[in-house]
Amino acid sequence: MKTFNYHSAKDVKEASKLSSSSSAFLAGGMTTIPSIKLGLASYKDIIDIKKIKSLSGIKVTGKTVRIGSTTKHVEVAKSKDVKKVIPSLVALAEGIGDPQVRNRGTIGGSIANNDPSADYPSACIALNAVIHTNSRKIDAEKFFKGMFETSLKSGEIIEAIEFSIPEKSNYQKYPNPASRYAVVGVYVAKHKKGVNVAVTGAKSCVYNDKDLSKALTNNFSSSAIDSVRISSSGMNSDIHASAEYRANMVKVFAKKAVEAC
Amino acid sequence: MKKVNVEINGKKVIKDIPDHTLLSVFLRDILNLTGTHVGCDTSQCGACVVFADGKSIKSCTAFAADVNGSKITTIEGLAKNGKMHPMQEAFKKLHGLQCGFCTPGMVMSAVDLLQNNKNPSDTEIREWLEGNICRCTGYQNIVAAVKEAASKM
Repeated sequence: MKTFNYHSAKDVKEASKLSSSSSAFLAGGMTTIPSIKLGLASYKDIIDIKKIKSLSGIKVTGKTVRIGSTTKHVEVAKSKDVKKVIPSLVALAEGIGDPQVRNRGTIGGSIANNDPSADYPSACIALNAVIHTNSRKIDAEKFFKGMFETSLKSGEIIEAIEFSIPEKSNYQKYPNPASRYAVVGVYVAKHKKGVNVAVTGAKSCVYNDKDLSKALTNNFSSSAIDSVRISSSGMNSDIHASAEYRANMVKVFAKKAVEAC
Repeated sequence: MKKVNVEINGKKVIKDIPDHTLLSVFLRDILNLTGTHVGCDTSQCGACVVFADGKSIKSCTAFAADVNGSKITTIEGLAKNGKMHPMQEAFKKLHGLQCGFCTPGMVMSAVDLLQNNKNPSDTEIREWLEGNICRCTGYQNIVAAVKEAASKM
């Protein structure tokens, strides 16, 4: 493994100041550490942010659930406050990886990494999340740019993710049997102003399926999905599932999610 | 180099180590605690599971520096006064191991399960052990051992 300098930042200001073009922030390290070990990434400086207290914790208000960026998956999975208002978010956290990943992995790390098969990005899109950083607020729709790419700038640190509490919501996925990443995952959320159908695992980046969202906004029932055609164009095709299979799964899981709402 | 100050199996340990030292390497190569095994070294197999502040983690996917200040428990820390932990007893009694390579991680994960769920079902045990792989495929007896331990703890 390539060497680096490890820093444990005491606050966001220090963490941001330490960052450079050859540094990475470390929270749970569930992707960063394997990437360094496999030689896929190398850094001069690793800036650990998990001891910054202000970045961790869950706050539920009347309309939103605000989750600090270094809050671990296990904390969301066990949160009674979140379960009361967005049970689908708790279920999503419970289904990430394995217990050891949930004990270390963080929500901020998950969305900053923007793995095309990660679970949390779909929650951000479906639940109209606002990503709070140390310099601005970013709507989820503008945050996820492409495969492993976000709109975060160098030195910018996610502080919290603020989800809108929907009227109803549900997340369904077909987990890869080895990693539990979503081969396809569909997050349906019905808000006062309309329905979002966020899809992960199917394409190179999470997206809001406009046709499904429109159909369900007009008529929130699984039969409303029957007439929607999902194209396999641009969908991932690999040893786990072909593009056509994924396209079909998007529809199947969207229906399942609506029925479970 | 980084100064790491941790408590391992109840004993204070202070060492200067290279910044990129993995927790698994720290335990095995520097402290000679070789009960923690390294199987895949890619966070999949779970042979390296230890506790950090009471929660199971994979020591191949943590830096020693990033658990600085934590209390670490390894498989060597489970037995008390020469008496095996009930989970270890149950694995021995019910042949919850064949080659034994995955066993330290299996036992640590299973102990964490019982901290979270005192009376898990077969399904809950299998789901919890998602991150632990037994290449001898001896899962039946592992599940039986976890159930046995649950009844004794």
